[in-house]
Amino acid sequence: MDGSDEQEAAFYAIIDADGRIEPRDDMPEAYRRSLVRQIAQHAHSEIIGMQPEGNWISRAPSLRRKAILLAKVQDEAGHGLYLYAAAETLGVSRDELLDKLHTRRQKYSSIFNYPTLTWADVGAIGWLVDGAAITNQIPLTRCSYGPYARAMVRICKEESFHQRQGFEALLALTRGTPEQKAMAQDALNRWWYPSLAMFGPPDTEGGGAKRSTHTEQSMRWGIKRFSNDELRQRFVDMTVPQADVLGLRMPDPDLRWNDERGHYDFTPPDWDELFAVINGDGPCNAQRIEHRVSAHHEGQWVRDAASAYAAKRQRHLEGVA
Amino acid sequence: MRSGNANSGTRWADAELTARAQPLVEYTLRLADDALVLSQRLGEWITRAPELEEDVALANIALDLLGQARALLTYAGQTEGAGRDEDALAYLRDDREFRNVLLVEQPNGDFAVTMARQLVFAAYQYELYDRLRASADQTLAAVAAKAVKEVAYHREHAALWVRRLGDGTDESRLRMVAGLDAIRPFVDELFDTDDLISQLGAVAVDPADLREPWAAYVDAVLIDVGLELPDPDHTARGGRLGLHGEALGYLLAEMQHLHRSHPGASW
Repeated sequence: MDGSDEQEAAFYAIIDADGRIEPRDDMPEAYRRSLVRQIAQHAHSEIIGMQPEGNWISRAPSLRRKAILLAKVQDEAGHGLYLYAAAETLGVSRDELLDKLHTRRQKYSSIFNYPTLTWADVGAIGWLVDGAAITNQIPLTRCSYGPYARAMVRICKEESFHQRQGFEALLALTRGTPEQKAMAQDALNRWWYPSLAMFGPPDTEGGGAKRSTHTEQSMRWGIKRFSNDELRQRFVDMTVPQADVLGLRMPDPDLRWNDERGHYDFTPPDWDELFAVINGDGPCNAQRIEHRVSAHHEGQWVRDAASAYAAKRQRHLEGVA
Repeated sequence: MRSGNANSGTRWADAELTARAQPLVEYTLRLADDALVLSQRLGEWITRAPELEEDVALANIALDLLGQARALLTYAGQTEGAGRDEDALAYLRDDREFRNVLLVEQPNGDFAVTMARQLVFAAYQYELYDRLRASADQTLAAVAAKAVKEVAYHREHAALWVRRLGDGTDESRLRMVAGLDAIRPFVDELFDTDDLISQLGAVAVDPADLREPWAAYVDAVLIDVGLELPDPDHTARGGRLGLHGEALGYLLAEMQHLHRSHPGASW
């Protein structure tokens, strides 16, 4: 959109009526750019997120768990595919976006820069990380951009299935041997704060002015519906009772129900750590990108072969016709 | 009761003897172990595939094979009657007790080696399951009837890639030729027949009968892009007797270690 008043008015009329913007509609360039960044980051998170869980496919402790995990990692690759396709409707190619991921010009969810050290981490990722992802993503099913909203409907269904499976995997551990229970508690201890950090920085604290501007803009555009802190609170309120069912202790001595607020009070994550990990200083940042880049490079000759073969077949068909 | 309780040397030796004395158990383990070991190998590709679509496809094939293995292992355990379930059979047997052919345990190599292995194995498994549907054993027949549909897709997937790589770029063609060379020594074992097969009569499919239809499919794919399966400079056998290559020990060590670290635990 070149910013003509009429086009802009049409765009905001759709937004204000809670309608959907479709790829053929005019949209402000800043809206398009913001969506590309968000959808790409989401797609990258799906495919980088395959690594920490894929780490346990070969070692899953029962064939049933191996099948569940294989199917889950396959779903994540599928989510990556839908999301890259949604981004393509905004005029960027998957190759361009992958290149930005590989050269660290676009980010993915920081949570995947932590290692999966034990089998319980696979359960904890399902329960907490997918739980946080769903909390973030359910409002996105009503996001103003049609292709993204529709991709999120399908993804949320699968994610909630993954979350239940993660919870169930942890339940098997907490009802198991003392070693298994300790493994589950250790996983919760390590994944709790990084999961809280998945909702992003606080709405108001430390440099909040700049961030809240971004949030406000996204809200105006109908991309974001709730603030980071609202979503984080929703996640905590949902998760604490589940930890009780599991018989696990939240690693937060100050976590308690606040009758007045009608919510749990809790200790926020260490924001310095979040920013350090976002900026590349997490335990696995280098490893995750190197793994992805090396798979991409090693696959280049295969993709080249597929293109060359398709071109030959096309020429052959044209020659015949 | 879970497998771990039976995890003592004496019990396992007994169970192994029982298995040998039970041809149906032995035959079912052959089918199961082929699927399980290949599934484990294909799982190694996930997050490393040449493109996202292939992460999905290879995971899907690995998952199909794992499903087949689980049904077959469960059935082998029930038939054996020694209280071993799918996990006891998958996680608590050592490599000498595995009955898979050597082909499926071969390391993945590059994508061309994996696709050569996939073409050869899926085409074999397709002909096998297609006939096993008529097995006198109802459980094997039912597993085969479901699996043959899955394997039809695995075979097509491999055929498509072998054509693409064989008639893609100069590099992909060289790699495809090298891939076929790499797996060729392990092909003949697929079609070996033995006393167990004749003992089982209408329950089992004679692998020797599969060679011709298998070759018809594989040759058609290869000829289409001017390739052929080379004559082998050597052949390797022994999987059905538990005489494997060194690679299987590492595959099983990785697959089994967590399960074995927590004897008797449920997951």
